[in-house]
Amino acid sequence: MAEVLVYVDHVDGAVRKPTLELLTLARRVGEPVAVALGNGAGDTAATLAEHGAVKVLTHEAAEYADYLVVPKVDALQAAVEAVSPAAVLVPSSAEGKEIAARLALRIGSGIITDAVDLEAGDEGPVATQSAFAASYTTKSRVSKGTPVITVKPNSAAVEAAPAAGAVEALAVTFSDQATGTKVTGRTPRESTGRPELTEAAIVVSGGRGVNGADNFSIIEALADSLGAAVGASRAAVDAGWYPHTNQVGQTGKSVSPQLYIANGISGAIQHRAGMQTSKTIVAVNKDPEAPIFDLVDYGVVGDLFDVVPQLTDEVKTRKG
Amino acid sequence: MSLRIVVTVKYVPDATGDRHFADDLTVDRDDVDGLLSELDEYAVEQALQIAEDADDAEVTVLTVGPEDAKDALRKALSMGADKAIHVEDDDLHGTDAIGTSLVLAKAVEKAGYDLVISGMASTDGTMGVVPALLAERLGVPQVTLLSEVSVEDGTVKGRRDGDAASEQLEASLPAVVSVTDQSGEARYPSFKGIMAAKKKPVESWDLGDLDVDAEEIGLEGAWTKVDSATERPARTAGTIVKDEGEGGKQLAEFLASQKFI
Ligand SMILES: Cc1cc2nc3c(=O)[nH]c(=O)nc-3n(C[C@H](O)[C@H](O)[C@H](O)COP(=O)(O)OP(=O)(O)OC[C@H]3O[C@@H](n4cnc5c(N)ncnc54)[C@H](O)[C@@H]3O)c2cc1C
Ligand SMILES: Nc1ncnc2c1ncn2[C@@H]1O[C@H](COP(=O)(O)O)[C@@H](O)[C@H]1O
Repeated sequence: MAEVLVYVDHVDGAVRKPTLELLTLARRVGEPVAVALGNGAGDTAATLAEHGAVKVLTHEAAEYADYLVVPKVDALQAAVEAVSPAAVLVPSSAEGKEIAARLALRIGSGIITDAVDLEAGDEGPVATQSAFAASYTTKSRVSKGTPVITVKPNSAAVEAAPAAGAVEALAVTFSDQATGTKVTGRTPRESTGRPELTEAAIVVSGGRGVNGADNFSIIEALADSLGAAVGASRAAVDAGWYPHTNQVGQTGKSVSPQLYIANGISGAIQHRAGMQTSKTIVAVNKDPEAPIFDLVDYGVVGDLFDVVPQLTDEVKTRKG
Repeated sequence: MSLRIVVTVKYVPDATGDRHFADDLTVDRDDVDGLLSELDEYAVEQALQIAEDADDAEVTVLTVGPEDAKDALRKALSMGADKAIHVEDDDLHGTDAIGTSLVLAKAVEKAGYDLVISGMASTDGTMGVVPALLAERLGVPQVTLLSEVSVEDGTVKGRRDGDAASEQLEASLPAVVSVTDQSGEARYPSFKGIMAAKKKPVESWDLGDLDVDAEEIGLEGAWTKVDSATERPARTAGTIVKDEGEGGKQLAEFLASQKFI
C-alpha cells in the first residue's frame, strides 16, 4: 500500500488533535508516515503509533523555532524525496497552509487547502471543501504531481489504530532561504484552561450585544458550565472586549463544533463563514430579524442578559 | 534610493452578494458586482504608511484579473497608490493559486521591487497561500500574516499573532509581506484622491509581456481540478421562541433533548 505523509503539529512533543484526525483520513488513502520536526519531535512517536502511523520521521534543530516556515518546508521536502508518498496531508493552520503551498510548488504539485473531508478516488484523493462562506460544497483533486492537501480541524473522528510507529531520523539539509526570516521574539499565548476554539465540541460566542469586556464573564460562565470554548465576533474583538485569537469568522478561526451558541451576534456573512458548518446552531438575540436566526436549530428572541444567566443556572442544575 | 513597493490586489465578487460557480466550476464573476478585496485594502494602507515614513518611495498596485479588475486598481489609486499594473489575458481564465503566483512573480520582477505587500487572503478563494508562494518563487524572505509592520534601513519587522504564540519577525529587503485585518483600518479615498486617480498611469500587460508559458496557467494548466460544486441546502428552519421569562430554561430543555446536557 502506498505511503501518505502526515505533517505533525505538536507543541514540545504533545501532538495536537487535528494531526490525529489527519491520521484517520490518511488511512483511507494509504499508510500514514508521520513527519515531526523541532523540539520534542521524538516524543510524538507513541501517540502517533497509537493512531496509525507506521513510521515517524523526526528531526530536531533550532532552525525550526528560530526562523519562519522555510526550514519546515525544507524538511518536508526531504521527507517527500525519501518516501515518494501518494499524498501529503498537513493540518490547515495559517502556518500549515504556507508550508504546504511552498512544498507543493517545489515538488511540482497542486495544492488544495481547507479540506473538510477526504476519500480515495480513482485519480487520487478527493477532497471536500466549503466555498463562499460555506454556501457551496465542492469536490476537488490535485491533477498534477503528488497531492498536497491541508485539512481543517474537526474534519474526522480521532480513531485508535495501533501501528508500528517506528522512529527514523530524517536527514535534512537546510536551503539558502531557510534563515531568511528570523523570529526575534516569541510570547506564548496564556492558557485559559478552556478547550481550543477550533477543536472544541461546543463553542459559546459573544458579539456586540455583549456590550463590554466585563460582560464577557456571562459568556464565559455559560461556556464553563458546558465545558465549551469561548468565541467572539469581530465587532466584539475590534471593540477590545475579547482577544483576537478567539475571533470566529472569515478573518478569525473557522469552527465546526457539535454545538455553536451565538449570543448578541447578528450573523453577518463574514461571521457565518466561520461557523456555518457547525452541527447544531443556537442563538440568543433581541432582534427577531437578525440574520443569525436563518441558521439556527433553536433561537431565543430576547435579552442575552436575562436568557444567558438563566441558561447557565439551568445547565448547572441539570448537570448536578 | 527610492523604496519600490508593489501591492498585490485582487478583484473579487462582493461577499455580501449571492455568489455562485459558473458552468465550468470557476468563480462566477458575472452575477455579483466585483470590488477590491477588502482584505487587500489593509495591504494598500500599510504600503501607503510605509511609503509616507520613507524618504522616497513609490507604491505600485498590481492585479491579475479580468477587464473589470481595473476597478480594484482605481480604488487603490484613489486611496493614494502612485501607479498600477493590470495583467490581463484571456488565457488566464481558471488559473489556480500556483499559476497565479507564477504570473504575479513574473510581473513583480518586471516591475522591479524592494517590498511586495499582499493581503492575508482573498475573500473569494480564501486560501491565504499566494504570498508564501510568491516568496518561494522570488527567492526572498516571507514575512507574512503581520498585524504590525514597519520598514527601516532595508529591514522589515513585524508581529505575527499565531495560534500558540505571538512572534516578532525580521528580514532584510527585498521581501514579501502580508498583513492581516488587525494591521489598522484602511483609509477611505478622499474626493481629491478619486480625482487624482483618474490621471494616474495604469499599464496593461498580457502573458506575452511576462514570458509565461500558457501550459502553466488557465483552467487546462491548473494543478487542481474541481469535479463538482453543490449548493449547500439551506438549513431547515429551526424553532424560534420569544423570551417571556423562561427563554433560558427553554433553551436548556432543547440542549437536553439534543443530549448536550
Ligand atoms: C473583510 C472582512 C472580514 C470580516 N471578518 C469577520 C470575522 O472573521 N468574524 C466576524 O464575526 N466578523 C467579521 N467581519 C465583520 C462582520 O461583517 C460584522 O461586522 C460582524 O460580524 C458583526 O458582529 P456582531 O454580530 O457582534 O455585531 P452586530 O452586527 O452589531 O450585531 C449585534 C447583535 O447583537 C444583538 N443584541 C444587542 N444587544 C443585545 C442584547 N442585550 N441581547 C441580545 N442581543 C443583543 C443585536 O440585535 C444585533 O443583532 C468582517 C468584515 C469584513 C469586511
Ligand atoms: N489575481 C490576483 N491578483 C493580485 N493579487 C492577488 C491575486 N490573487 C491573490 N492575490 C494576493 O494574494 C493574497 C492572498 O490570496 P489567496 O492566497 O488567493 O487567498 C491576496 O490578498 C492578494 O494580495
